[in-house]
Amino acid sequence: MIHYNKFTLANGLRVIVHEDHTTPMAVVNVMYDVGARDEDPNKTGFAHLFEHLMFGGSVNIPDYDEPLQMAGGENNAFTTSDLTNYYITLPAENIETAFWLESDRMLSLAFDEKSLDVQRKVVSEEFKEHYINKPYGDVWHKMRDLAYSTHPYKWMTIGKDLSHIEDAKLEDVKAFFFKYYRPVNAILVVGGPVTPEQVKTLAEKWFGDIPSGEKLPRKLPVEPKQTAAHKLEVKASVPLDALYKCYHMPGRVEKQYYAVDLISDILGGGASSRLNQVLVKEKKLFSNIDCYHFGTLDAGLLTIEGKLVKGVKMKDAEKAVQIEIDKIQQEIIPERELQKVKNRVESMLAFEDMELLNRANNLAFYELMGDAELMNKEFSNYEAITTEDLHREAQQLFDEKNSNTIYYYADK
Amino acid sequence: MINRKIAPQIKDAVDFDITLKPCEKFTLDNGIPVYVVKSDEQDTLQLEMVFPGGSWFETENLVASAANFLMKNGSSKRSALEINESIDYHGAYLNRNSHHETATYTLHCLTKHLTQLLPVLQEVILDPIFSEEELATFQQNMKQRLAVNLQKCDFVANRHIDKYLFGEFHPYGRVSNMEAYDALQTQTLHAFYKRHYTYNNCKIFVAGNLPANMIALLNQYFGTTKWNGESTIVRAPLPILPAEEKKFRIFNDENGVQGAVRVARHFPNRYHPDFSKMLVLNTIFGGYFGSRLMSNIREEKGYTYGISSQIYNFRQTSAINIHTEAGRDVCEATIKEIYKELHTLQQEEVPEEELHLVRNFMIGSILGDLDGAFQIIQRWKNLILNDLDENYFYNNIRTIKTITAGELQQLAQQYFTPEDFYELVVI
Repeated sequence: MIHYNKFTLANGLRVIVHEDHTTPMAVVNVMYDVGARDEDPNKTGFAHLFEHLMFGGSVNIPDYDEPLQMAGGENNAFTTSDLTNYYITLPAENIETAFWLESDRMLSLAFDEKSLDVQRKVVSEEFKEHYINKPYGDVWHKMRDLAYSTHPYKWMTIGKDLSHIEDAKLEDVKAFFFKYYRPVNAILVVGGPVTPEQVKTLAEKWFGDIPSGEKLPRKLPVEPKQTAAHKLEVKASVPLDALYKCYHMPGRVEKQYYAVDLISDILGGGASSRLNQVLVKEKKLFSNIDCYHFGTLDAGLLTIEGKLVKGVKMKDAEKAVQIEIDKIQQEIIPERELQKVKNRVESMLAFEDMELLNRANNLAFYELMGDAELMNKEFSNYEAITTEDLHREAQQLFDEKNSNTIYYYADK
Repeated sequence: MINRKIAPQIKDAVDFDITLKPCEKFTLDNGIPVYVVKSDEQDTLQLEMVFPGGSWFETENLVASAANFLMKNGSSKRSALEINESIDYHGAYLNRNSHHETATYTLHCLTKHLTQLLPVLQEVILDPIFSEEELATFQQNMKQRLAVNLQKCDFVANRHIDKYLFGEFHPYGRVSNMEAYDALQTQTLHAFYKRHYTYNNCKIFVAGNLPANMIALLNQYFGTTKWNGESTIVRAPLPILPAEEKKFRIFNDENGVQGAVRVARHFPNRYHPDFSKMLVLNTIFGGYFGSRLMSNIREEKGYTYGISSQIYNFRQTSAINIHTEAGRDVCEATIKEIYKELHTLQQEEVPEEELHLVRNFMIGSILGDLDGAFQIIQRWKNLILNDLDENYFYNNIRTIKTITAGELQQLAQQYFTPEDFYELVVI
């Protein structure tokens, strides 16, 4: 059970306080309800580029990092398709420094041309490092494009094309900020040896006078149901053939999500998972194979990804994967196997909750999904799943018409 | 109205009184030492078994890491699948790692499952069989993984820079290759295992929420017999043969859009009085987000997504290694800037304000690192395995709090001379 207090400031900023008096450190986490899915299709990568600019100085504070480091603190941030999250860890005695810094950059950025100029380059290098200069680095660009016709998950968080980042203008930055980086669109979580009264006072003091902003209804294009299998062949300068299969799956907020999450664990979680045991260890067709998904808020993709053993034919490898898929569609999963994946979830949640930072981050995430209290119901959602639920979801999920396959061939 | 231009008062991190929570020591009936940091706040625990089974002790390349990996893949009673299934079934994680000096097995689990997992862990540690089939799968898959990694400029650069520093015959500079995987044999692995994973070479570190009878349980599974017999592992220093050339440029991928840049030199190990001082200088230079390297090369010039400088924690001797992936056409400019920053630290004292900030940052990080039993046992493990005690930890903190700008400049003059550095770009 994660204990917390929740209140909302007059300007709409939601504040969650999570007391933990066993640690000398405090966490201040600010999550903004904006991600790559909110981008203009012609200006992709913007939410993430923007995250970089949040460190380029705010209206009253020229340097964000220096005062924080002086207070013994550390910080970082990440952007996903769904959200942007900023977090600080620092000695609890110095917690007000975090309020000062986070509130000033919520009030307004400095909008410095030089900072934009440099961060465009930095993000370009990040793009190259992760997606161009790496074997198989382009596969997710291709897969998203293959699997989505309409929904903005069609592009990666880093952006569809380097040119979108290179073309970003200061006026775009300003517009984006005042549209999305407003109290009404943010969640503040404070964790550590603090009290709700103390946090309330500090939150009012530092965030209370920031103009509320407008809560914009999110009207994203809905991805139509896929009606035919998509296939793509790629040839690239990589040493091994690889197979990627993606199936549209329910979003994070859907009831069916939990069954599908467990299915992915049955197929790909841990060394005893089906795909690893059968395809790597027994049939020796793949040198590694995984099954995973990103837990996106809107309908996402369950992915099976593996590298073929040299000399194995793509068709044979795919057929063997299909046998495992047929099996999970047709046969009821043994009780012990269901219990195994439930135990794995229980343990994973327990280890995740050990860190104060994770707890603070998760409270913000569940609040963004609708209610922080969902965090405390999470495991019971998994516990309630039956083998029939898995059977039913597997049949829908693994419909051939719902599949997207990339055959990634080594050209050497 | 608040004045947002004025920073709130802070408590200087250097005024924080940091204490390393003590670690209890027990001894099993057969003499295995068990180090314990308890904490009842969570329902989880960590159990780590450490052996002198790192690459230092192998006589053929990759034997140490392969033996470490394959111990988990089948005992005389259970197949690899049965072992994996029972670990997964209890939601546990059994990780193995092989380093230069040590090899480890670490179990993470919910406390309530420990008694179910100990028999499995016992088989993995005491009764592995090293089957031909498991070895063949391992060889094939590791070779495939290596083939993919060899396409990455950062991976290739890491292999080369260590080779230049220590020589390819020294365990610190030796790297994996296809031939070495092919040459592995089950008998060699088994012999290596038998000699290094013995009761008298084992140390156990446990942390978290422990059952009341923890020591009795460990005694039951690991403390009653002289498993694998007694063996004496001698750790003699090995000759280091650095490269004679200092500058290298390698083309690994003609279409590469980035280059992996490495600039590195030798440095004494942690027992040398300059080591803890260098931790401070290195932080200023390239050890945190606000470092000289990051401020100049990322935040000012935008040449890279990230650049940092690290001090290796190797036992015999250490090194300082500056590493980054930079745009292909700015790799040489990056190296120039690295030297410029080294030079500046030699020429000018670090301003008081910056030194103050770095002290606070470092103390704040240590405070954060000591949060929780798993982190605390980690600190103790590093001290114990390196034959050190808590005085070492407190001395480091004293150095952070008291080192002067003058001392740092002297240190830079001694160790930051460009001619002493190896440099490498892999595109």
